[in-house]
Amino acid sequence: MSQMKLEAKGLDLFFGAKHVLKKVSIRIPDKQVTALIGPSGCGKSTLLRCFNRMHDLNPMAKLKGDVLFEGQDIHLSKAAELRQKVGMVFQKPNPFPQSIFDNVAYGLRLSQKLTKSELEYKVKAALSQAHLIDELPDLKASAMELSGGQQQRLCIARAVAVSPSVLLMDEPCSALDPISTRKVEELVLQLKSDYCVVIVTHNMQQAKRVSDLTAFMYMGELIEFSETRQLFDKASHELTRNYLEGSFG
Amino acid sequence: MRDRVNRLMALIIQACALSSVLVLMGIFLMLLINGAMLFKEVSVFDFLTGMTWNPGAFDGPAYGALSLIWSTILVTIGAMLMAIPLGIAMAAFMSEVAPRFWRNLLKPLIELLAGIPSVVLGFIGIELIGPLLQKYLGLSTGFNALNGSILLCLMALPTIISLSEEAIRAVPFSFKEASYGLGAGKWETLIKVTLPACTSGLIASSMLGLGRALGETMTVLMVTGNALQFPHGFYDSVRTLTSTIAIELGEVASGTTHYFALFAVASLLFCLCLIINIAAEAIAAKFRYRQT
Ligand SMILES: Nc1ncnc2c1ncn2[C@@H]1O[C@H](COP(=O)(O)OP(=O)(O)OP(=O)(O)O)[C@@H](O)[C@H]1O
Ligand SMILES: [Mg+2]
Repeated sequence: MSQMKLEAKGLDLFFGAKHVLKKVSIRIPDKQVTALIGPSGCGKSTLLRCFNRMHDLNPMAKLKGDVLFEGQDIHLSKAAELRQKVGMVFQKPNPFPQSIFDNVAYGLRLSQKLTKSELEYKVKAALSQAHLIDELPDLKASAMELSGGQQQRLCIARAVAVSPSVLLMDEPCSALDPISTRKVEELVLQLKSDYCVVIVTHNMQQAKRVSDLTAFMYMGELIEFSETRQLFDKASHELTRNYLEGSFG
Repeated sequence: MRDRVNRLMALIIQACALSSVLVLMGIFLMLLINGAMLFKEVSVFDFLTGMTWNPGAFDGPAYGALSLIWSTILVTIGAMLMAIPLGIAMAAFMSEVAPRFWRNLLKPLIELLAGIPSVVLGFIGIELIGPLLQKYLGLSTGFNALNGSILLCLMALPTIISLSEEAIRAVPFSFKEASYGLGAGKWETLIKVTLPACTSGLIASSMLGLGRALGETMTVLMVTGNALQFPHGFYDSVRTLTSTIAIELGEVASGTTHYFALFAVASLLFCLCLIINIAAEAIAAKFRYRQT
């Protein structure tokens, strides 16, 4: 197989004495959508956050094993540089209490020296990529005045504005209504032609709709990882089958 | 029964709120009425714009408060110019940057600073800061507006630091997470996300510090020299509104013009505080509106 975009090798993670990820090994390819599913508390978010070193912010978190981005150990480069290439969208929409424009421009201003018109161009491009531009006549308005669904798509625009090569999404639709959810899903499907997308979800239908590959996690272990259709139709592991049946029933 | 208790409680609480408003109004009225008596003999214009304050003169006493007003503004502005940046920087350092060790060391120290009686601070101003200023700035005396500003800065700092720290801490972690997630570092996150997110809190804490500085008497009285002159800068000796009241009220006969003049000064001070509070509220409200 060709080089993987993201890779974890025998990854263990502890929060204090709590063993949260147990010997997780996973290889995530580029230009595909990979879904992480599993019961609440099984470590999906924790695994996702390993890939852009979000655990650095938590002094309690201890990591063992290797995490690779494009074949390179992520702990060898600077966290800030890594995070520009591995963007993240959080479970709860978290726009900055600033204008819509400033939100999207934030990452661009950090990493690139752009003229005013270049900046404007890129901000608008990101907003239209997130299908937001038509809904937002005034980019100077506060981002906090948007609806939850709009806020989440703004956060996606903010993340894609810096053109990362990976997008990590932690239950991006959990706070959204069906229509906004549908919009975000369409967006994910579009993004996959340029990005490697990893999405955590509790919604099995969503995993089926958007993902090419699905990983099932249970109690901190990666139980099964295969093509989405195969995992849902004929899972090889009993835990996976039980979970899928339970959550469908 | 439950209903009646509820109504009774509501009534009691309303009565308490009302009484505090009444007391405040009473104080304000007393100040205003006594102060207004001055204007039977001195015009408001002369009072507010007169450069000379000399109520004791036998031949034509003067009641021009402008130099007192300017002194107060000078000392207060000086204090705020030092205390606001310093206080916010300290608060940011303590809540976002410092390792726990430093925070645990600084926090009690700052609380200690808040507990120092103003007389003691004034003493430090006289014995330490005054001579230092005199020596290193080459002044004839260290008792000037700058000395007062430095001490007021010290007095306002604990308020500004602890309230700013609270405001900074109240910024949701999700904002910081988003910032780090976009490739920002510690400092960029602090300056571009965290501090802007709590602007209203920072303004409120600065204004409370300002209020403290404006009304403070003892320290200022001890170190500013109290010369009756129009100050031209921070190196000049100044006499503030509060100092004037404290110095003169003891020796003035009640019912005289001088007595009423001091009440007019007090009313002025009261109005200044009121204006600052209203302005602070307005500014803070504007920022709150933009954020939520
Ligand atoms: N900051 C933390 N400190 C200590 N324990 C944590 C922390 N974050 C998560 N955990 C623990 O790690 C385990 C995995 O959490 P994680 O958030 O990865 O689960 P999850 O699969 O994303 O669950 P959910 O679907 O509910 O979001 C849980 O048992 C949780 O209690
Ligand atoms: Mg989670």
